[in-house]
Amino acid sequence: MAEAVDLKAIGTRPVRPDGVEKVTGRANFGADLSLPGMLHAKILRSPHAHARIKSVDLSGALAMDGVVAAISGKDLPGGGDLGVNILAKDKALYHGHAVAAVAARSAYIAEVALDSIKVEYEPLNPVLSIDAAIADGATLVNESMHTNGDTSQPASNIAAITKFERGDVEKGFADADVVVEGEYRVPTAHQGYIEPHACTATINEEGKATVWCCTQGQFDVRSMTAQCLEMAVSDIRVIPSEIGGGFGGKTTIYLEPVAVKLSAISGRPVKMVMSREEVFRATGPTSATLCRTKIGAKNDGTITAASAWLAYEAGAFPGAPVGPGCMSVLAPYDLENFAIEGNDVLVNKPKVAAYRAPGAPQSMHAMECTIDELARKLDMDPLELRLKNCAEEGTVAPYGPQFPAIGLKACLEAAKEHPNYTTPPAEGQGRGVAVGFWFNIGMQSSAEIRIAENGAVTIMEGSPDIGGSRASMCLMAAETLGVPYKTINAHVGDTEATGYCNTTGGSRTTFATGLAVIEACEDIITQCKQRAALTWELDVDQVDWQDGQAVPKPGVNADVKPLSLADIARSAGRTGGPLLGRASLNAQGPGASFSVNWTDVEVDRETGKVDVAAFTAVQDAGRAIHPSYVEGQMQGGAVQGLGWALNEEYIYDANGVMENAGFLDYRVPVTSDMPMIDTQIIEVPNPSHPYGVRGVGETPIVAPLAATSNAVRDALGFRINDLPLSPPRVLEAIDANG
Amino acid sequence: MGDYAYAAPSTVDSTVELLSNTAQSGGRAQVLAGGTDVLVQMRSVDREPRLLVDVKQLAETNKLSIGDEEIYIGAAIASAVLNENAELKGKLPGLIESADLIGSTQIQGRCTIGGNLCNSSPAGDTIPALIANSAVCHIVGADGERNVPVEDFLTGVGTNCMAPHEFLLGLRIPTPKGRTGDAYLRFIPRTEMDIAVAGAGVRLTLDENGTCTEARVGIGAVAPTALVVPDAAAALIGSNVDEAALNAAADACSAAASPITDKRGTVEYRTKVVGVLCKRAGAIARDRAVVA
Ligand SMILES: Cc1cc2nc3c(=O)[nH]c(=O)nc-3n(C[C@H](O)[C@H](O)[C@H](O)COP(=O)(O)OP(=O)(O)OC[C@H]3O[C@@H](n4cnc5c(N)ncnc54)[C@H](O)[C@@H]3O)c2cc1C
Repeated sequence: MAEAVDLKAIGTRPVRPDGVEKVTGRANFGADLSLPGMLHAKILRSPHAHARIKSVDLSGALAMDGVVAAISGKDLPGGGDLGVNILAKDKALYHGHAVAAVAARSAYIAEVALDSIKVEYEPLNPVLSIDAAIADGATLVNESMHTNGDTSQPASNIAAITKFERGDVEKGFADADVVVEGEYRVPTAHQGYIEPHACTATINEEGKATVWCCTQGQFDVRSMTAQCLEMAVSDIRVIPSEIGGGFGGKTTIYLEPVAVKLSAISGRPVKMVMSREEVFRATGPTSATLCRTKIGAKNDGTITAASAWLAYEAGAFPGAPVGPGCMSVLAPYDLENFAIEGNDVLVNKPKVAAYRAPGAPQSMHAMECTIDELARKLDMDPLELRLKNCAEEGTVAPYGPQFPAIGLKACLEAAKEHPNYTTPPAEGQGRGVAVGFWFNIGMQSSAEIRIAENGAVTIMEGSPDIGGSRASMCLMAAETLGVPYKTINAHVGDTEATGYCNTTGGSRTTFATGLAVIEACEDIITQCKQRAALTWELDVDQVDWQDGQAVPKPGVNADVKPLSLADIARSAGRTGGPLLGRASLNAQGPGASFSVNWTDVEVDRETGKVDVAAFTAVQDAGRAIHPSYVEGQMQGGAVQGLGWALNEEYIYDANGVMENAGFLDYRVPVTSDMPMIDTQIIEVPNPSHPYGVRGVGETPIVAPLAATSNAVRDALGFRINDLPLSPPRVLEAIDANG
Repeated sequence: MGDYAYAAPSTVDSTVELLSNTAQSGGRAQVLAGGTDVLVQMRSVDREPRLLVDVKQLAETNKLSIGDEEIYIGAAIASAVLNENAELKGKLPGLIESADLIGSTQIQGRCTIGGNLCNSSPAGDTIPALIANSAVCHIVGADGERNVPVEDFLTGVGTNCMAPHEFLLGLRIPTPKGRTGDAYLRFIPRTEMDIAVAGAGVRLTLDENGTCTEARVGIGAVAPTALVVPDAAAALIGSNVDEAALNAAADACSAAASPITDKRGTVEYRTKVVGVLCKRAGAIARDRAVVA
């Protein structure tokens, strides 16, 4: 497909189609559904971080007035680790692990009834840190876990080791004039979506289930629920609600199979809504990590070798995002010699779930801090050092593929010229720079375009809208069809109403579902040309589509008036029936997105408090379909990254109980903590998309961690390696450094 | 949540009667002012059913007066009302700032200083400012009225000296005279919507030469209750409230603190920061006294 020129709709900033519903409170979220005769279910959770479950006795709860059904782990037959996470079977693997569930007439009765369930536990020693998990003789979270499945080796808490290597690292370090290295820890952080997980499920006598829930992927909810209950996907219909934030955390499930099972037993719809405390204790945070990084360079700044050893807490089941951590850690650099090793480490904590660029913020925090130290040692501007070594079109990424056109260099150059960078930080403030990266994904999408009899366009697709994607779909359709934005509606269909789409994640939606929408629009155009040809008694190849109208091609001798989409739609009954365009695809070439961030901070040396005075994000969007929503992604990601850098962390007691399971003490930033996040969108078009789109949703959270660390380093004159840079940690470091 | 009962008596006598009768019959009553603590606690930590006795309908708890000798703040007056009272803000800027720190605009439409005090959290923001201002609790109960200084009112984490039949009518604060200023500062890791890791309130009076003649210092979140710190006051009295005096007051606050390490801060951190806050609040109070 040729690169688009003269864009009319793309790049404009219309209001979003879901805006009015949301700001007036009409939009329905996960917990908003009520059905006649509905029961409410609650979950009993383990008080131990690690314990053998010897027995579960539900009879006390079942005997209570108002209680209708109760289940425990043995009632969920399938789903592997997922099923065991949803309801524990032989062992409780973290504090808050679901053990049983009760459905009752009211949420209060269900909750009180939990106290009448008798669970006999044999407490085990909990494994609560990477250091404890990988130590010799460590207690095993899972006695049958062998690293990379190699049963010739003893069982281990390291589920998997990933390696990427190139060249000769030892020689590279030997050739270096300067070598810097460090060890960095990043704490567990939660996605912090405002809407807690919620669902309602009902199943009828034929075994056909309907599930309403807030999710990033209704088709994944369908397949995961089906696995846990050993049902056919075709027997489950999943209807996604509006979503109050996900950030990756709503790509998996916790409640749905439980609700379906309780509905099957009770014959009534069952609703489940998590409390905020449950969200913190039992839904996916992202990994706490330990990273050791090392870089060698020549005096002129040329990097000769780099290495990274990464260990990520997976929680109680394998699957930490250490693979993406390895892919990202050195992605911004064109390197001859490197060695990367990633360890997926089990601990008795909740199973991690995806969080915006899963795994990249942690490893890149370590590496971008190390690069900053290198710049200091070389007395080089941190942007110059990165420009000297940056990946470009043709560079082979550390994880294998050769980069097509990418925007890292353009971002670095834009940053260098940016007034926020050329102006030095204010007196007393420190500045830190870092680069961010996310590879982005493509995968499967479907879209349907329906034209109403007045020419209005309806888009039906299957990607839950977590970042304004419906507006972007409408803009791409407006551009492709040549009709006004306001004549288009976009809908996210349920699993029976729309074709298959992979989950909204990996920053894929505007790219991949956008491609499907564009192709479906092209299908409509083809049909419109056929209808016009029929009407005009011309050959279809004598008809063009221009500015939303069918016209005879130049040189075609026909005395006809152009036919608009509305004209063709109105007479569609006479030309072959309703207009319906379709596309389904497996999108290739998502196009990586790079960013450069810098921030100016001030540190109160008497209280250790870090104030963020200024923050600038420059990012390659390929093409910004709706620039306000691209900027919104950049700003939102920056704020999440700053929160993680400054205050967010899971605080555990010695028994593995999270002590700050609420927004009072799990401190996401409030608005007044943040400066205006300044943004600059760079557009280096993605060659794999007709309008040049790259995913932009995840890259923004990556660089703020290291940018903040580097700024605090600059302000204090010494480095604090670990996050968060919370006041007690900073003050302690200030006192220790005199 | 279980079953709750609610009453909103219209006289002090009937309120005391309701509280006394409930206590005597072995029931549980709880006074309700703005409800910004009560309602949250009912949903999270303490779900036992009880009788909520709303004290917002009483003339006495809605009294707000600024006399030559005494300022009286009724126990039902919402923070937002105090914040908007220019005269009060002029007289007790530190106390009003402490009330203004509670929660958000929405919370302040409801919450009261009285509720903040009666909730008796070690971290209640208005309490150190009340102590610094020598506030006295005006309490009524089955045995009549009594007046108790704030620092004696508090008995522990979440506890105070009131009997089940008693409730707080209002707070009496000596009206500042001449060159007097007050200030309250708290430390939180964010800028708002957080709970104090440490707090310090200072009220002081200067003579014509700028010498401090009277001072009171209260600290919060660093002991089971907010505390009055006489040593900090002594460090200020007789000085020009200069750097050295402020540092000495800060050290006295750190010495008086007996904090715990928890998710909100370590012993070392809180001990140090409470001194920093005293020093900074003292400087603000001094600057306010100069222009008062
Ligand atoms: C979002 C949010 C943010 C908050 N932020 C802060 C903050 O920054 N700083 C802070 O200190 N607090 C904060 N709070 C706590 C709370 O708002 C304050 O403690 C407030 O001052 C309580 O006042 P109230 O009138 O709402 O009290 P209520 O909730 O009505 O009562 C509090 C307690 O005092 C008792 N009580 C109330 N009035 C009387 C009376 N007249 N006689 C006897 N007993 C009485 C009640 O029985 C109860 O035990 C916050 C609360 C919320 C929900």
